Amino acid sequence: MDFTFSEDQLLFQESVRSFLVNENTPEAIRQLWETESGRSDALWAQLAEMGLTGMTVPEEHGGLGMSELDFVLLAQEAGYVALSEPLVNSVLVAAPLLAECGNAELAAEWLPKMASGDARVVVGLGINKLVEDAHCADLLLLEQDGAIYAVDPAKATLRANQSVDPGRKLFGVEFNSADATVIADGDTAQSLIANALNRGALGVAAQALGLAQRMIDLSVQYTSERKQFGVAIGSFQAVKHHMANIAYKLEYAKTPVYRAAYDIANKLPRATLSVSHAKLAACEVADLAAKNSIQVHGAMGYTWEVDLHIFMKRAWAFNSSFGTAGFHKQRVAAAILADDAPLGAGATF
Amino acid sequence: MKLEYTAEHQAFREEVRAWLKANVPAEPLQSFDTEAGFQQHREWEAKLYEGRWGMITWPEEMGGRGADLMQWLIFEEEYYAASAPLRVNQNGIFLLGPTLMEYGTEEQKKRFLNGMATGKDIWCQGWSEPNAGSDMAAIRSRADLSEDGMHYVINGQKTWSTRAVWADWCFGMFRTDPESERHHGLTFILVPLDSEGITVRPIPQLDGLPGFAEIFFDNVKVPVDCRLGGEGEGWKVAMATAGFERGLMLRSPARFQETARRLVALYKANQQSADEDPSIRDEVLSAYMDAEAYCLTTYQTACRLMQGGKIGAEASTNKIFWSELDQRMHATGLKILATRGELEPDSPDAGDVGRWLDGWLFAQSGPIYAGTNEIQRNIIAERMLGMPRK
Ligand SMILES: Cc1cc2nc3c(=O)[nH]c(=O)nc-3n(C[C@H](O)[C@H](O)[C@H](O)COP(=O)(O)OP(=O)(O)OC[C@H]3O[C@@H](n4cnc5c(N)ncnc54)[C@H](O)[C@@H]3O)c2cc1C
Repeated sequence: MDFTFSEDQLLFQESVRSFLVNENTPEAIRQLWETESGRSDALWAQLAEMGLTGMTVPEEHGGLGMSELDFVLLAQEAGYVALSEPLVNSVLVAAPLLAECGNAELAAEWLPKMASGDARVVVGLGINKLVEDAHCADLLLLEQDGAIYAVDPAKATLRANQSVDPGRKLFGVEFNSADATVIADGDTAQSLIANALNRGALGVAAQALGLAQRMIDLSVQYTSERKQFGVAIGSFQAVKHHMANIAYKLEYAKTPVYRAAYDIANKLPRATLSVSHAKLAACEVADLAAKNSIQVHGAMGYTWEVDLHIFMKRAWAFNSSFGTAGFHKQRVAAAILADDAPLGAGATF
Repeated sequence: MKLEYTAEHQAFREEVRAWLKANVPAEPLQSFDTEAGFQQHREWEAKLYEGRWGMITWPEEMGGRGADLMQWLIFEEEYYAASAPLRVNQNGIFLLGPTLMEYGTEEQKKRFLNGMATGKDIWCQGWSEPNAGSDMAAIRSRADLSEDGMHYVINGQKTWSTRAVWADWCFGMFRTDPESERHHGLTFILVPLDSEGITVRPIPQLDGLPGFAEIFFDNVKVPVDCRLGGEGEGWKVAMATAGFERGLMLRSPARFQETARRLVALYKANQQSADEDPSIRDEVLSAYMDAEAYCLTTYQTACRLMQGGKIGAEASTNKIFWSELDQRMHATGLKILATRGELEPDSPDAGDVGRWLDGWLFAQSGPIYAGTNEIQRNIIAERMLGMPRK
């Protein structure tokens, strides 16, 4: 039993964090909000350069052949800076789906380009209704009527929607199945979709941890500087307790997320349960972080000027992405209320 | 990361399970807050010791097995799954024991650890005073060194001391420098409760039983070799004990996982009536997930400690998390029991209410003892997040 990350994994996290914190600053994010695509080719190229886009691409396709567990800490960092480039979905949802879909030709065509950063592949699952980042995709993998289609974006109709989070790009997508290739249907498609959903939910959960941490950091900084009654408001106990409540809950959301990453990486049957637990716990703490952070910022927190809302809005948007709380609670209920469910002391691992 | 037990750990689990199966009393023991129950528990501790299960993390020469933290967690899991009796000497084995290992002289370790492991010496903790609760540095009870330097003379009063009514020894902090203030000038001293000049006055708790007590010290003479750590270093030594208390040892996850398991079972057995309030199902699911999260995080901490890390602010996050979880789980249990929830366990119509009501009453003290949750929140904000003190 070893519930710790390796030295290498932690070092990689460090270097990705310092890169992202320097590059994807709130100022840079605000500039991107003003652009049409909302995406930065230059940043994407840098992410590819660091090997991030190819992390889960198998080595024979030019990737690093690493696992979800190797990536989970990096997804957390992507959340910490509210990264809008479709990195997490690409690494956790699109690449594994292509690698597992059984269409060797399609995989051989696209995976190397994903690894090098030359192509963005985007997945649209029924559970999300709208497809994220369809506008910057070179290939769309879409669930429709129980099958998965490979769709050329040029042959699809995209309808842009505005999200509460200006960094998210959501599209209604319509395509004619005659113009698309079925890459899986029947049971195969069901299992691919289920895995994609689990990986997507893991990605959201990991980013939610990062978002919560960022909101804590911003709020601690703000309340240490802002003075009322002649002292820093962060010295007031009511303010401290708002922050402590996020901090202690965050500790108990992290380990479920890491366990879920481990379970997915090792293809364990309990992954369905552990992913839902992770998603619920992480989104709940990010939600609490948003609520308590805006409170301790006072009216400042309600403004567009203060950076807090960048992270707060991402957290709100994540609540229903890759499964609502209700959806994940149903999955937890199905697992633990089953007659033969292994529960209690000694049943965790 | 490898979230699987080794074959050795599995074999260890089997060994624990087999021993508990053969030895756990068929009938639950009486409460250790009654004289007869206390005696039964002392005998159970002796039996555990005979099987070398008393304190498995201690070295073999002290009656332990030199077990690592992972084995300790596994042992606890089996212990709770087997519904074995609660540990009457937890102040000794979980709190003072580790502190003695860190600060005790070889002489003191020899003298005290074995009696602790066998259940011969049951310990209580004498920190709180009437005017020093959350503000522990306000302690006023005094210990004055005699002129010949051979013993301390203690005067003052401790309060809320758990199990002091029948315990044999008390450990606590006393002011050895009368000029000192706050956390300076305090000394950690071990006091035999049968010393002349000690009066123990039981205080009944919510269940009516004398679970804790006041201890009055009237010119109590204690030899200097009962001092743990240096004179005036009491605060430092006590902080180590407090770390153990809030950290890993006091509340292993198994306890909460078993409560969560019973809660799921209670819900399933009463599902129709429970679902009259649709939020109950949600609470049951949360209880399960939170108990699981507590277990995961404890394993993570244990792994970190085994690799040479130290307990830090997670001691405070633990304390809040398990105490609030315990309250929530028992509240849900009582909601499911509905009108039976208010019945005393031995009422003819109570049915399976007993453990839920007892557990509910006890859970009300969780956010208070071992440092209130408000104090833990202050610690998290100031030491973990670095928020301004004043
Ligand atoms: C079941 C049980 C067993 C116990 N066993 C022992 C034992 O074995 N040995 C022992 O020494 N003690 C024991 N205690 C005592 C326990 O440690 C104290 O009750 C606790 O430290 C709180 O002190 P107090 O009761 O004096 O409350 P107070 O300090 O008077 O606090 C009352 C309220 O004010 C709040 N408060 C106080 N100061 C602050 C602050 N700075 N910021 C925010 N809020 C604050 C507290 O959080 C609490 O809500 C036990 C208590 C219980 C309930």
